Amino acid sequence: MSGGARIWALHLALVAMLFAALFVLPTYHATNLARIMVLAVFAMGYNLAFGYTGLLSLGHAMFFAAGMFAMGLPVWHWGLGGGPALLLGLVAGGAMAGAVGLLALRTAGVSFMIVTLMFAQAGYLTILYFGQVTGGDEGFVVDAAARRLFGFDLSSDVPRYLAALALFAAAMAGCLWLVRSPFGRVMVAMRENEERSRMLGYDPFRVKLAALVISGVYAGAAGAAYGLLFGYVGGSFATIQYSILPMLYVLLGGAGTVLGPFLGALLMFYLIDITSGFTSAWLFFVGAALVLLILFAPKGILGTIRERGARWLP
Amino acid sequence: MAALMETEGLVRHFGGLKAVDGVNFRLEPGEIHALIGPNGAGKTTFVSLLSGRLPVQAGRITLSGRDITRLPAHARVRAGIAYTFQITSIYPRLSVFDNVALAVQSRGAADIAAGVAEALARVNLTGFDAQEAGTLSYGHQRLLEVAMGLALNPRVLILDEPTQGLAAGEIEGFKALIRSLVPDTTILLIEHNMDVVMDLADRITVLNFGRVLAVGTPDAVRADPGVQDAYLGGHHAAG
Repeated sequence: MSGGARIWALHLALVAMLFAALFVLPTYHATNLARIMVLAVFAMGYNLAFGYTGLLSLGHAMFFAAGMFAMGLPVWHWGLGGGPALLLGLVAGGAMAGAVGLLALRTAGVSFMIVTLMFAQAGYLTILYFGQVTGGDEGFVVDAAARRLFGFDLSSDVPRYLAALALFAAAMAGCLWLVRSPFGRVMVAMRENEERSRMLGYDPFRVKLAALVISGVYAGAAGAAYGLLFGYVGGSFATIQYSILPMLYVLLGGAGTVLGPFLGALLMFYLIDITSGFTSAWLFFVGAALVLLILFAPKGILGTIRERGARWLP
Repeated sequence: MAALMETEGLVRHFGGLKAVDGVNFRLEPGEIHALIGPNGAGKTTFVSLLSGRLPVQAGRITLSGRDITRLPAHARVRAGIAYTFQITSIYPRLSVFDNVALAVQSRGAADIAAGVAEALARVNLTGFDAQEAGTLSYGHQRLLEVAMGLALNPRVLILDEPTQGLAAGEIEGFKALIRSLVPDTTILLIEHNMDVVMDLADRITVLNFGRVLAVGTPDAVRADPGVQDAYLGGHHAAG
């Protein structure tokens, strides 16, 4: 089997397993997995910026929330349908990332991290300030009538799971195609040696802006889908916590690997789910897991596996 | 004949240090032109101005008559000016193939694999494709960087001290490689190794304190009394 065929086979196998899981898992875990798949799409977007292009952003909650609110507000105020609302969310995530990138990409490294964090905080406060329009702190429930896609009711378990899986599969295929494309190589080149890349004829600003917009589209799609599938839109999704979560998923699963974000989201979700079941100090376990990760596998799980032999892993 | 690249009154000062101070310079198409001068003469600053890595403070740069003084560095690369760094600059964690592929796809080549194979063959690195670039020997890393420059198919290739750190045998191979590039590619070479300079260069420009001290054939430059005082003579006397 050629390298390309092996890679696509591996990723298709994961999608097939996730499909089969719907028929095997109890409802509680299937719903969890649907959440994890949507969050993994968010993390995949984060990974394209951070893992592949080297852009350490602390502002991705803003792109996630932009997608969620661009989906939810037209539904709430004007009764827009689910499908167009989802598309709006995706566009909003990309547009917001482009606008932030135009300004924030004048900085790099730690400054970029702080500027993106600042923008995201401003975004969160804006949502609170215009509480009468956005629902503010309390948020709002997405009208059941809008939670339909191609005739399926997204508030019931099976269609919801399948919609999450479809989004996840499309996002993963897009990510895999992108990172194996010539542009994906240029993204990695920016991460590895920006000055060399410039002297090979690549404009660092344009490459990084394009990567950030793609990343924002992923985050926006995930935010919109999350609101649509689970029926709630709220300002809490714009807090710093939602900028840090995708980073944790990516670091745990392996930055710069296609499957890392999913693996990281899966493990982190269940780590929190299980530990919070018996202690209120579940953040302690998250912290301990991260310390162990930094000590023994600083490149994340799949990053370490790739280093130790599976060099072909994208 | 029209110059391929030309500068008029090029200036770059760093505070009080006049690194490049009014340099007029002509690069003829198809020549191997060496840039020499004592340490701190402004050679690297000068080629950084040519490649766009540093902004020009005064003066003008043209490429085939087109004013490129304000063109950003990446656009100059696309216009045909390739630059290899004095301190080897590759992507150490990427494969040799990916290193060269980045240069090949930058010039818009349709068949990336063929372009990579061709560039690697020219520097005798065929078969190293899959190796991680950072694990190559120092000499091979220098050659890889030259391959990346070649893969851009540049009109002008600027080499900043390419033989630094190479073994004697590698230098012979390097000279043959450079000779094989002209006249399709024009070479501008900063070099400390006088044997390489005298052997390769069609013309030499001598910089001293940011100004042009002399321009001419290797024989003419060697015979120039000003150059002997400032550089060669002093160097030889000391050596």
